[in-house]
Amino acid sequence: MSHRIVGKKELGTDVFWARIEAPLIAQARQPGQFIILSINNDYSERIPLTIAGADPSAGTIELIWQRVGKTTAEMANLAEGDEIANISGPLGTPTHIENFGTVVCVGGGIGAAPLLPIATALKNAGNRLVSILGFRSKDRLILERDFAAISDELVVTTDDGSYGRKALVTEPLAEACGRDPRPGHAFIIGPTIMMKFCCDVTRQFDVPTQVSLNTIMIDGTGMCGGCRVEVDGKPKFVCVDGPEFDGHRVNFDLMIKRMNAYKPQERQAHEQYEQHRCKIGLDE
Amino acid sequence: MTHEERQELLESLLAKQKAGTLKPRDRFDIPPQNMPEQDAAARRRNVSEVALGYTEMQARLEAMRCLQCKTAPCVQGCPVGIRIKDFIAAIADGHCDRALDIIKENSLLPAVCGRVCPQEVQCQETCTVGLKFKDVSRAVSIGRLERFVADLDCNGAAIPSVASLTGKKVAIVGSGPGGIVAAADTRRAGHDVTVFEAFHKPGGVMVYGIPEFRLPKAIVHDEIETLKKMGVRIVTNFIVGRTRTIEQLMTEDGFDAVYIGVGAGLPSFMGIEGESLVGVYSANEYLTRANLMKAYDFGSGADTPIAASKRVAVVGGGNVAMDAARTAVRVGAEKVYLIYRRTEKEMPARVEEVHHAKQEGIEFHLLQSPKRIVGDQNSRATAIECLRYELGEPDDSGRRRPVAIAGSEFLIDVDTVIIAIGNQANPLIRQTTTGLEFNKWGNLVVDENCRTSMPGVYAGGDIVLGAATVILAMGQGRIAAAAINDDLADKPR
Ligand SMILES: Cc1cc2nc3c(=O)[nH]c(=O)nc-3n(C[C@H](O)[C@H](O)[C@H](O)COP(=O)(O)OP(=O)(O)OC[C@H]3O[C@@H](n4cnc5c(N)ncnc54)[C@H](O)[C@@H]3O)c2cc1C
Ligand SMILES: Cc1cc2nc3c(=O)[nH]c(=O)nc-3n(C[C@H](O)[C@H](O)[C@H](O)COP(=O)(O)OP(=O)(O)OC[C@H]3O[C@@H](n4cnc5c(N)ncnc54)[C@H](O)[C@@H]3O)c2cc1C
Ligand code: SF4
Ligand code: FES
Repeated sequence: MSHRIVGKKELGTDVFWARIEAPLIAQARQPGQFIILSINNDYSERIPLTIAGADPSAGTIELIWQRVGKTTAEMANLAEGDEIANISGPLGTPTHIENFGTVVCVGGGIGAAPLLPIATALKNAGNRLVSILGFRSKDRLILERDFAAISDELVVTTDDGSYGRKALVTEPLAEACGRDPRPGHAFIIGPTIMMKFCCDVTRQFDVPTQVSLNTIMIDGTGMCGGCRVEVDGKPKFVCVDGPEFDGHRVNFDLMIKRMNAYKPQERQAHEQYEQHRCKIGLDE
Repeated sequence: MTHEERQELLESLLAKQKAGTLKPRDRFDIPPQNMPEQDAAARRRNVSEVALGYTEMQARLEAMRCLQCKTAPCVQGCPVGIRIKDFIAAIADGHCDRALDIIKENSLLPAVCGRVCPQEVQCQETCTVGLKFKDVSRAVSIGRLERFVADLDCNGAAIPSVASLTGKKVAIVGSGPGGIVAAADTRRAGHDVTVFEAFHKPGGVMVYGIPEFRLPKAIVHDEIETLKKMGVRIVTNFIVGRTRTIEQLMTEDGFDAVYIGVGAGLPSFMGIEGESLVGVYSANEYLTRANLMKAYDFGSGADTPIAASKRVAVVGGGNVAMDAARTAVRVGAEKVYLIYRRTEKEMPARVEEVHHAKQEGIEFHLLQSPKRIVGDQNSRATAIECLRYELGEPDDSGRRRPVAIAGSEFLIDVDTVIIAIGNQANPLIRQTTTGLEFNKWGNLVVDENCRTSMPGVYAGGDIVLGAATVILAMGQGRIAAAAINDDLADKPR
């Protein structure tokens, strides 16, 4: 069964959104879950992406992704009407949602996408929602309006000050954690290094913190062990035990190193893909 | 032996047989036929099949070695009771079609079983010829003969006939060997059968675990095609428990019976220091990258990378360990060490594969076991620290227990470590289904007909047996299908 792309747009520099037919996944999915896709044939890599939204009656799911390497670049080049050969899911344990009083949700870059369904569910569960979104610069800004619509407070930061407040997300996070009453819970999704520093902040204020880890994955069903991380010194499989974990117990340093294991090969695959495309262009 | 010598020998044997003067002596004198294989140096650099299969002349000579024992002890050694002596007689007579028909009465995947069954501890272990020579390697090569007839048929496989539709629906969860057999047998009975597979390609461990050089993917592909031609629906990228639960399949989607054949795909780790370092893999991950995603072609088509290893340690002594070690050689490793804590005699891997691994230059480190994995400041594995062992008293399994020698630690420099010490049951079905009974290892509990504790739900293969074999999974698929067919016959529509 192929999955047709029924809507697609570019949200900002290197950030893309698509709505894709996947009726069974649209029906079953819950906030915090993800899919694994591969674009075509035998040779494609399988990559995980969070389900950013779903419309069960239309049978579609939404994905938001950042172009970082070969597969996400290939995805960026697909158009409405194109098909994705393989999508499996929904995978992962759904987010535990309850009324914590006030929650602070921090999204870094593309992390805002997986955060949105969780933040929405938290809001619907009666929480007072403080959202903090951080981007490298204005051209990378995504989902501001969506978050504005559900948040009681929203802070947007950029690294270079080209939009919102010039700061790292850890600054407004520390302020939010320092207030009285303290937030009952924090949800943080973004680059691993950002999650690590955010967890250092919430730890100081004793605010329980959930992070969503994006390790390298193969099968997503607990079969390969490739996604394992150390939590409390013990191995955990992100695809089945997570992707969300107590951020104060995750060994981020080790995770960052594991994520970099394939850097040279990933660069090679991406360069070959780009070169190949250029040649096609010249032939025409 | 040359082709002509073989031909001459066969003719003289056949003449004696016709004249009624063929003695067991004559049969014992036939040299065991070796299977031609790819040169060990050449195959280190390709993933093509290693063992090339018998010629017809070799097959007939090997078949003539069979004594046609009245009691046929080989059949008792076969988990699915193939009429071994009869199919061998058919080959000796040159009737390979008949031989295949006989095999197919009991085994649906002879091209697979002929390649991967551990014959030396099954049919060939009890073979009279091997016993006479006190050497199981001189038993009749039943597996190679099975492979020979299966391969002859490869192109023209007939599509099994299917009874008229019963109006009942059967769901098969998992497309490993057990699932394939259960699907074929329930479909033959006329049910509407759908196979659900989590991966994007069907075939189970036969496609993501067992490497191409031992079991070409095309063979598994053909079997799946046959299922499709029989009218079985194959739905890939469908994770039962997540995409739909078993309960939903039964109450909302109208399935009357469900066979669970999800295998044992949860890799075990050792719990030693350094297992999370970069460069440490489970065998499942390593083999999946290489097989399913063809990482051996990385850079010339495939997108999925695999570690560019130079020195690899593989921990374990089973088929999975051999496959991982041999795969490492093929993706470019210069040194591959196989670390196993007992001796070669206790190794659970197939003898033939141990032999192939050695030919390919894999270094066996026996009576050794890792204590920790050492890494550098970038958390990359750089060495494995091992302890030496000796064998003590036999344990519950009857094998002598390995005992560590205190103070015997030593280091081996490596950049990659592959852990291949076994798989446990995947917990997904357990977590998402109520009403199923599991044992303390997480395996599904079934009765002798492969019925689970939940009405309408059956199970077999590795999820029931723990990590077992292809043939045992097939056997269970068969039993389960028979129970499903029985139960559905009685079930009102
Ligand atoms: C549960 C989960 C949910 C995710 N959700 C999203 C999402 O909603 N949007 C989004 O843009 N990204 C998401 N990611 C990350 C996304 O999977 C990677 O960006 C993608 O796999 C990169 O593939 P590539 O071929 O384009 O790049 P590559 O060239 O393969 O890699 C570029 C970099 O991406 C990371 N990466 C590589 N392979 C993987 C992999 N299989 N899984 C995770 N990271 C990898 C590595 O840090 C690598 O250095 C998620 C990851 C996980 C585990
Ligand atoms: C590397 C390796 C080498 C081996 N070598 C040999 C050998 O030489 N000889 C031998 O006899 N045996 C060998 N084995 C063992 C043999 O492969 C297994 O015993 C056999 O495949 C088990 O069959 P099964 O039917 O239980 O399912 P499996 O082959 O395990 O397949 C199960 C299938 O179910 C799918 N699945 C899992 N969960 C779900 C879900 N929730 N929804 C949908 N689908 C799901 C999986 O993706 C998989 O495709 C080897 C195993 C490995 C790993
Ligand atoms: S036991 Fe060996 S010799 Fe006897 S019938 Fe079987 S294969 Fe032939
Ligand atoms: S991705 Fe393979 S176990 Fe998690």
